[in-house]
Amino acid sequence: MDLFLQLLFQGVGIGAVYALVALGFVLIFRATNVVNFAQGEFSMVAAYLMVVFAVDLGWPYWLSFLIALGGMALLGAIFNLGVYYPLRHRTYLPVIISTIGASILLANTTLALYGPQPQVLQGWFDAQGFQVGPVFLDSQYLLIIAVTIVLVIFNYWFFERTLLGKKLQATSQDKEMASLLGISVAGMIMITFVYSALLGGLAGILVAPILFVSIQMGSTIALKAFAATIIGGFGDVAGAIIGGLALGIIETFGAAYVSVPYKDGFAFLVLVAFLAFRPQGIFGERVAEKA
Amino acid sequence: MSGANEAKSSATGARRGPIGQAAYAALAVVAIFLAATLKFDGYTLNILMQAATYAIAVFGLSVVLGLCGQINLAQAAFFGLGAYAVGLGTTDAHMSFWICLALGMAVSLLAGALLGASTLRLGGHYLAMVTISFQQILTLVMINAIGFTHGPDGVSGIQRPSLFAHQQSYLAFCVGVLAVVGWLVWRLADTRLGRAMRAVRDNELAAGVAGVDVYRTKATAFAICAMLGGLGGGLFAGGFAYVSPDQFSFAESVVFLTMALLGGVASPIGSAIGTGLLILIPEWLRFLKSVPGLYLAIYGLAVILIVAFMPDGIWGFIAKLFNREKPAPAPGAPLKLSPSDAGGVNVLETDVLSKHFGGLKAVDGVDIAVRRGSVHALIGPNGSGKTTTLNVLSGLYTATSGRVTLDGRDITKLPPHRRTAAGLGRTFQNIRLFRSMTALENVVIGAERPGNALVEGGGRAALDQRALAALDFVGLASRANEVVTSFSYGHQRLIEIARALAANPTLLLLDEPAAGLNSTEKKSLHELLERIAASGLTILIIDHDMTLVSNAASHITVLNFGKRIADGESMAVLRHPDVVSAYLGAE
Repeated sequence: MDLFLQLLFQGVGIGAVYALVALGFVLIFRATNVVNFAQGEFSMVAAYLMVVFAVDLGWPYWLSFLIALGGMALLGAIFNLGVYYPLRHRTYLPVIISTIGASILLANTTLALYGPQPQVLQGWFDAQGFQVGPVFLDSQYLLIIAVTIVLVIFNYWFFERTLLGKKLQATSQDKEMASLLGISVAGMIMITFVYSALLGGLAGILVAPILFVSIQMGSTIALKAFAATIIGGFGDVAGAIIGGLALGIIETFGAAYVSVPYKDGFAFLVLVAFLAFRPQGIFGERVAEKA
Repeated sequence: MSGANEAKSSATGARRGPIGQAAYAALAVVAIFLAATLKFDGYTLNILMQAATYAIAVFGLSVVLGLCGQINLAQAAFFGLGAYAVGLGTTDAHMSFWICLALGMAVSLLAGALLGASTLRLGGHYLAMVTISFQQILTLVMINAIGFTHGPDGVSGIQRPSLFAHQQSYLAFCVGVLAVVGWLVWRLADTRLGRAMRAVRDNELAAGVAGVDVYRTKATAFAICAMLGGLGGGLFAGGFAYVSPDQFSFAESVVFLTMALLGGVASPIGSAIGTGLLILIPEWLRFLKSVPGLYLAIYGLAVILIVAFMPDGIWGFIAKLFNREKPAPAPGAPLKLSPSDAGGVNVLETDVLSKHFGGLKAVDGVDIAVRRGSVHALIGPNGSGKTTTLNVLSGLYTATSGRVTLDGRDITKLPPHRRTAAGLGRTFQNIRLFRSMTALENVVIGAERPGNALVEGGGRAALDQRALAALDFVGLASRANEVVTSFSYGHQRLIEIARALAANPTLLLLDEPAAGLNSTEKKSLHELLERIAASGLTILIIDHDMTLVSNAASHITVLNFGKRIADGESMAVLRHPDVVSAYLGAE
């Protein structure tokens, strides 16, 4: 039972990271109808930016954090202009190929600049955490869970309660109509990419102290996050969060009770099971193309 | 000369001339001869071996991505399956090379088919992610299942067949296989399967309605791709005598994808060019290899740039320079329409047909009976459920309840392509043609519908004849070899009608054929409808143009808010008070 609670805590913590990246996936998907295969690389790049500023240059953690987030906002903007925008009138296939190209480009540029050696990033707090009954609450996991809760609330408030959020929703539902109403569609898509890059970056910075900072962390996280979006129901915000948490828990228990080397394989199995039996996910509804 | 021919053929997928084929065969023989006899040093030999085996795998991508428009990001995994089958089979299991090679292809094929079957009904995003996942899992297994795969150390001492024990004879053998596979892939575009793949790539919905089994076509393309990956990998293992997990990682899948995109994914020639370039360039620019990651970074950038600026790849670009249109052949006998009269007096009957979207009752208990040989119109104000009805009839939507019978046969549960096979033809309100194909090819796909007795057993010549006759029927035979995008909107509609007519349907469904046409075009459409009706073919037409409807149709069914509000002989229905109020509003 003690182990169970401990694993549950860890599973929720890691699941929260998947949920954040999945949220980034879903937002871009809703705005552009495109799956961004470089979403995981956003996390990886942000973690490396933290390593550069906080570890190599020894700057204060909070300052490095702000710089890293600033860098991510910039990356999101460049990504939109270079990878998505030129192809916005083409079908989805060229666009996903382009985002895959971008993911390769980001991962391997980082590799070329920083080498293959995994890096270590300290957590935000000096304290390791504290014991509550049988469960040791790691401070970084607590931080991740807290940030995710705050962001989910923020996300809800932003999209449902602000004018900008409403405009973003309008754009994702009907671009033509949105532009006829005077909404700058290009501007809204830009905001979406920047926001998604920030979410992905934040997830990377938060998870970095738990994992090593490595070139592969991006694709690993992206794979899990994508599985999470399918489990939750593609394009559904609540689904992405629930799916991410579920996947984190499944994976943590799978690693503990089944097999450690194949830990990263559980996401795939869950993914295939859902595709076979419930492809619309927990919350999703299948939408047929209109003839 | 033949170069120009080939270029044209691969650009449009038109039929390959005998000159092109002879040139290809001659080239292949020369290449095999050179591979067997030229004195290569070990370094050159390795590069050629890699190029030949990789190219086979890239041909697979040109089938699945180029012809069928589906993505596969796990080609290195399938390549690896073939390589490990030969590797483990010839060393640990002491089996014959040939059996191992066949086994590797079979395993790849099976893995590809299973992967495809679980995902291909869903959108392309799923396929991309699932193939990446598969790739990652396979790499995990190769590294971690040490007892079986030898883990990260890899498998060494892999055997070659005794017939090709010498390095160069083995290379010649690989080049030979490459040539054969290349020829098959080249020819595939022009077979029934290849046309079906291209139709799926261009427009899935229209492909289904034209009689193509979309799901099976995609799964077949995917399985062929995986199998070619396995073949290339098996040959690779024999060539290098050593395999290890890092040779089959996701990075290699990206390399395969880049090769296909760079050369031009639509044709095997492009794939071969791309493979050659991406194997040679890194050898020329060796300094790039000194920095890990730099190569792939450049590949990533190349992918982005190619997709944005050169979507048809190098070969697509070259082929365009030679692209001359072939003159249209002269049409032969006029189009024969002999709709089946197997059933009773009604061709189509719907029985309390309903389609609900959540709470919205788009079609609500509608009965329609379309008499054989009649022109029957389905009208109603916007949003009354006409197009939804048509979509339920043609199988794009499944009915919530009720029954559809065509010629006495219950087709309520059939998928679109099976209904087409049963004798249903249709056109779309927003034109759905196969945009990369010529008018003739579009119509050939229609003529090819399973069960079209008028072309069965006649081969390609009969199909062409029929398609040309259908184009002639709508007045466009002289432009048969033009790509459909070069036609005007009105003419594209006519091509859609020709595509449906070529299938010799029992019932033709026309979804707002007059929408967007000018008055001259409408007049000739009306005249066309009369000629179709004169042949005895039954038509169910939706349109807003009351002049057209009242002139052409003898019988009208009126829908409003998903319910049938009137039905009967045209003039009587149009004067019906409920119909008048639905259109003009009640007093």
